[in-house]
Amino acid sequence: MKEKLLDVKDLKTYFYLSSGIVKAVDGVSFTLEKGQTMGIVGESGSGKSVTASSITRLISKPIGKIVNGEVLFEGKDILKMSNKELLSIRGKDISMIFQDPMTSLDPVYRIGEQMIEVILTHQKISKQEAKRIAIDALINVGISDAEDRFNSYPHEFSGGMRQRVMIAMSLVGDLKLIIADEPTTALDVTVQAKVLELLKDVQKKTNTSILMITHNLGVVWDMCDTVMVMYAGKTVEYAKVKELYKNPLHPYTWGLLDSMPKLSQDSNKPLITIEGSPPDLRLTGNFCNFHYRCPYVQDICRTKMPELIEVDEGHFVSCHFQTRENTLERKEV
Amino acid sequence: MLKTIFKRLLQLIPILFLVSTIIFVITRMIPGDPAATMLGPQAPVDAVEQLREELGLNKSIGEQYLIYLKDIIKGDFGRSYQYGQSVTSLLFERFPNTLLLSIVSLFLALIIGIPIGIISATKHYSIFDYVSMIIALIGVSMPIFWLGLMLVLIFSVNLQWLPSIGMGSLQNGLWDFISHLILPSVALATIPAATFARVTRSSMLDVVKEDYIKSLRSKGIKEKSVIWKHALKNALPPIVTVIGLQTSSLLSGAILTETIFSWPGLGRLIVDAIQNRDYMLIQGAVLLIAFIFVFINLIVDITYLYINPKINYDGKGGDK
Repeated sequence: MKEKLLDVKDLKTYFYLSSGIVKAVDGVSFTLEKGQTMGIVGESGSGKSVTASSITRLISKPIGKIVNGEVLFEGKDILKMSNKELLSIRGKDISMIFQDPMTSLDPVYRIGEQMIEVILTHQKISKQEAKRIAIDALINVGISDAEDRFNSYPHEFSGGMRQRVMIAMSLVGDLKLIIADEPTTALDVTVQAKVLELLKDVQKKTNTSILMITHNLGVVWDMCDTVMVMYAGKTVEYAKVKELYKNPLHPYTWGLLDSMPKLSQDSNKPLITIEGSPPDLRLTGNFCNFHYRCPYVQDICRTKMPELIEVDEGHFVSCHFQTRENTLERKEV
Repeated sequence: MLKTIFKRLLQLIPILFLVSTIIFVITRMIPGDPAATMLGPQAPVDAVEQLREELGLNKSIGEQYLIYLKDIIKGDFGRSYQYGQSVTSLLFERFPNTLLLSIVSLFLALIIGIPIGIISATKHYSIFDYVSMIIALIGVSMPIFWLGLMLVLIFSVNLQWLPSIGMGSLQNGLWDFISHLILPSVALATIPAATFARVTRSSMLDVVKEDYIKSLRSKGIKEKSVIWKHALKNALPPIVTVIGLQTSSLLSGAILTETIFSWPGLGRLIVDAIQNRDYMLIQGAVLLIAFIFVFINLIVDITYLYINPKINYDGKGGDK
């Protein structure tokens, strides 16, 4: 067994709106080992990003609140840390990379100034040394003429370059975990591949773990060791990537896999989708959240919430009809 | 940069020309005659006629306009009818008083309004936010003459702490100078302070929702730096705009405040000039105000360059 880096237990993050309580993350558990990559997939609004933000407690207060759970990072519960401890791991041990690189750097400061500020926040060194570290990091992520680019403003970079800068900013600390929240969604396909390569490269060099939030199953296949499928704030399936592709069990996972367009597909055929849309998260109750859209729905799905059970070693699924005893026959689409 | 400033200064010429023409036409359209006003209703007709001739008012409008323009180009803004003094010297005498009052008020408004706006935004929906925004709402909607009178009533009449009218002099000691400044500048600072607080709050609220703020927090940057360094600088453009507007209107003389507190500033000078049909003084004063507005705008535009690196008036740059 490898060393656990991150151990999330029964995490619940709710948003208290005037129209009701949105259970954005409702009892999610997973573990991430050192040097491993885990993917979280799901549709928009399934709670992937909120899960990621909850890990470093970046939930907008007072509306959002982490109401339950433990987030053990190297054995210490982040949710119980003091503000000072929390700030000291943010950006140093755990680094986040966001979806839209166009908006995730402060537009009015030079990137060099921003990098130096991050470095000096975590290390007691001189400005000169900080500058050297920053330039090294920029070179490491493949930014040529790093010395010049150091004095550029964010708007002078392309999207892919800005994402590289974001990654470079992660590298300046004592990096153990990268939380990448859809890091390539806003980028061109060719740039996407380069950014993913860079992340892999960083991981190899520093033995970092990566938590990859995405809705792109191709990225999961390419990057991840394990994967968690989320739906309406809950885990519906959690397994090793190879296992999930070989033997997917949850009807929602089937839907996701079937929805992936294939290049070999007849272009006259309509694309396959999962009918319907994700449920209103204020209206969750004692039923399977997927029952509105599930082609295999039965009465029990509407009256009882399925539990997440380990059907095979390391393969968890939350469906009334996928247990150790029963299996569901997957229909052809 | 220098080129930009030079270009903007050149733009001043047509603007001031236009303003001077418009103000010339408007003053001539005010009913009433300067000579008749000066001499009073009982004055004999030929005395009025004689005065009109002395003032050059018997000439045709076109002729008067040409003389006026010629004088302006020479830097001569004429003589005030009522004071008999040159307009330039009158304006130079009064403007420093307005400048002093404006600077003190502006300073008060900035150090009160902006921090309140920032704290309200960071403590959104808190008691502080509600209370300060209600006060700010009262501040922007309160009639300034009423506030001025209330201040006089409380601090001069009842408590007798501060003088109610006039401007102090340094020759009578520092306290005389400061004590005369307090009430008018507080009255004058109210609306700008409330405006700054409201604009700062709403601009900050927009900025703190931005991704880069979350991104900065995710890097472990201290909240103080996130708000006061990063968020504030991003929130500045609308704030600088209203600071510019408020500064211009403060500098052009606060008529009500100056009247209530008998402050010898530009505002009262202009009102008196209009009442007495003092054409030359009206023209000179309005030109000065127009110049102030254009000048403050130029400063605001230059400030934008410093706070937003994406702005480039040379037409180059932008996203690469």
